[in-house]
Amino acid sequence: MKRREFIKKTSSAVALAIATGGTALFFDRRESSRYVQPGRKTRSFEVAPKPSIPQITLSRDEDSIAALHKALDAVGGTERFVQPGERVTIKPNIGWDRTAAQAANTSPVLVGEMVRLCIAAGAAQVVVTDMSCNEPRRCFLRSGIGEAAEKAGARVIIPSEDDFVTMHLGGKLLTEWPVLSPFVNTDRLINMPIVKQHSLCSCTIAMKNLYGILGGPRHQLHQQIDQSIVDLAAFCRPTLTVVDATRVLIRGGPQGGSLGDVNIEHTVICSTDQVAADSRACEFLGLSPSQVEHIVLAQKAGLGSMDYQAVGYREIA
Amino acid sequence: MTIATVRNLRRISQVVFFGVFFWLILKTNFEAAFEGVNISDISLPYPVSIALQFDPLVALGTLLANGTLHKGLLWSLVILIPTIFLGRFFCGWICPLGSLNHWISEVKSERRKYRGKGKIQSNRYKSYQKIKFYLFFFLITAALAGTLQTGLLDPLPLLARSLGTVVLPTMHSAALGLVGWAKSLGLPYVGGGAQRAYDLIAPFLLNFRLVHFHGILTIGLLFVAILVLNRVFTRFWCRGICPLGAMLGLFSRFAIFGLEKDESSCDHCNLCLLHCQGADNPDIGTRWRQAECHLCLNCQADCPQGSLKFKFFPQQEVTVKNPASTPEINVTRRKTVASLAAGLALYPLLRSGDAFKANSNPRLIRPPGSIAEEAFLARCIRCGQCMRVCPNNALHPTLLESGLEGIWTPILIPAIGYCEPTCTLCGEVCPTGAILELTTTQKVGDEQNPPNRIGTAFMDRGRCLPWAMAKPCIVCEEWCPTSPKAIYLKDETVLDRNGVEVRVKRPYIDPELCTGCGACEFACPVTDKPAVYVTAIGESRAPDRQLLLERNLKQLT
Repeated sequence: MKRREFIKKTSSAVALAIATGGTALFFDRRESSRYVQPGRKTRSFEVAPKPSIPQITLSRDEDSIAALHKALDAVGGTERFVQPGERVTIKPNIGWDRTAAQAANTSPVLVGEMVRLCIAAGAAQVVVTDMSCNEPRRCFLRSGIGEAAEKAGARVIIPSEDDFVTMHLGGKLLTEWPVLSPFVNTDRLINMPIVKQHSLCSCTIAMKNLYGILGGPRHQLHQQIDQSIVDLAAFCRPTLTVVDATRVLIRGGPQGGSLGDVNIEHTVICSTDQVAADSRACEFLGLSPSQVEHIVLAQKAGLGSMDYQAVGYREIA
Repeated sequence: MTIATVRNLRRISQVVFFGVFFWLILKTNFEAAFEGVNISDISLPYPVSIALQFDPLVALGTLLANGTLHKGLLWSLVILIPTIFLGRFFCGWICPLGSLNHWISEVKSERRKYRGKGKIQSNRYKSYQKIKFYLFFFLITAALAGTLQTGLLDPLPLLARSLGTVVLPTMHSAALGLVGWAKSLGLPYVGGGAQRAYDLIAPFLLNFRLVHFHGILTIGLLFVAILVLNRVFTRFWCRGICPLGAMLGLFSRFAIFGLEKDESSCDHCNLCLLHCQGADNPDIGTRWRQAECHLCLNCQADCPQGSLKFKFFPQQEVTVKNPASTPEINVTRRKTVASLAAGLALYPLLRSGDAFKANSNPRLIRPPGSIAEEAFLARCIRCGQCMRVCPNNALHPTLLESGLEGIWTPILIPAIGYCEPTCTLCGEVCPTGAILELTTTQKVGDEQNPPNRIGTAFMDRGRCLPWAMAKPCIVCEEWCPTSPKAIYLKDETVLDRNGVEVRVKRPYIDPELCTGCGACEFACPVTDKPAVYVTAIGESRAPDRQLLLERNLKQLT
């Protein structure tokens, strides 16, 4: 072997050895896998209670917008909940591929009006979103909420996989779970449920509506539905709960379908106490709050009051 | 207009028609525009299956198999009648799969074999080009007997199916993969930039979410094979296999438009053969074959002597060195008869197997509004439009669920997607009426009329949480969309392993109310093999597949 050839070959071999070893060292990780602590939302969206103002108000009016205005004004008006420049997320129930009359989703008229009120109060951005059960585009379309919210000036988000962040919920049952980011990265949260019968947890109103902020294997939550509702309500405390009881689905919930299962009640409830809101609203289904397991559990957990009369309740004609 | 201009017009025409076809496939998609939509009957803004209705083979095949021409298929005459006078202009100017083959054929291997002289030799008429005629004869008698198989090889359904179920989903998957990879790099701007590029492209090119189709491997393999073969034989598919090309070739038998060859000016440079698409012998000294020519006009445009001219009523002096052109197709009578007979025999052969009725697959759930299986197989051209348009990714191409006969016909797989009760898009886009166009009311039913049923749900009590494991669940009942719900609950007290009493609600199914939509199966938390599942029994389209006595009695009266 010639000297030149020897040098050429060995230096090439050494270079390849260094390159191989270097690559391996570069990608080497001491830890087998790195655990990233998910974020936790500690800030509540709630406003400070005012003793002079009732915590729950109810208004009956055939004009649902008028009913909303009356109930809302009595609980302090939009200005109490939305400050200029704040980001607001509105959470209607857009769970099902049903029309407004079928009472499976929140009234588009109320959602549109709520968006308008928030913008009028100076909100920098209003997002309307929900994690639907049925095909989401059809739910947003056929419920009428997509169009109503967009027309009123909201940003309507049909969730995609990228819209979720894993959160540490800190519940007994719900520990880590993917949450829709508009419910984390916001200043104010307005929950706008509709009142519906539910076979497993008797009723689905305000606290149960919060299921719609979650991604992940949601269907497994039914195995401990009441505890999971309470865990979720403890994690997510809305600024305001606006209950749509203009139409109430008394049978065949939560998606209904038949107009025969719908009672027309012309009622809107506003509340800063979501337990009180559920307690009053479940009466439309012929239930008393003590019959509803998750309401009882929520009061025990200190999330609000079952005895809505005691926290200041006002009905406005 | 010079011949070069006309050739450029042909090139533009190919690009335009390919673009239109691709755009129609893209638009075969439910897009959520919130305004101006009639929410009680959602329909698509464009007639997205119109391209398939211009396909003469779709028209002929369904006509033979059914005895009628389905709505819209009369459009195919727009292609067929001019073909009678002009020849296969469709293949050279319009067919999107032909154009794709044309373009890919241009990217030839660098090996000597495929260049210069080798290329000229490869563009001479070859005897394999007869295969397409025999295939065509085989397919049309099979259709006449009652089994419509033209769609497997008919270029327009083939391309629609390949784009819709393979190419577009693959592109989507690749785009998501690229974005994910760019984000994982952790470099500044790269991840965000990739996401922005994705957001820019997605509304035009990609679905609302990534769809997953069953059985695409076979569809993809056929499509890739067709494209790759162009590298070896120019337009192998168009020349040798395409049954639509064969049909149009047969219909150009009496064409009054053709190639006129002038022997005196020709110096036998063979440039006419260099870019010949149809391998139809444009050179002087051979018989020009009307039935093979795509009318691409390359030979005329490439001829430096001006010896070749396409014109009406072409004259041709027949000399010893220059035989006359021929409108005939180069097939033998025996093989033609054999192909026709084989086509006729295909039907009894397929039906003597067990898949059609005797052992029909319980999971053969057809789209809502599908006609009875026998008629369905005489109409479905496997274009895949129903699968592409389904907003829930519920419809899929079959493999062998409906036997070899029904390969790539639509099947509903509830665990991937259920049938949205008020959605009727699959029937709207079906170009041949294999799936009827239902109104929302016809689909969900009303007081007088039953809903359209696609099957019946059953409980697997060994896997159901409340039935087998004393755990609450009822997700299936929550999701059941009929009113009243077909899934009902009973409060029952059961013992857990420690003997402690547990109250659970156990789901039951009322077959009177179940429509087989599969929402329960889709939502069941036992995700790998759902504890509630749908089988096809009870489907509206099959009087012989009913579960309930009353429905059988109704069928009889």
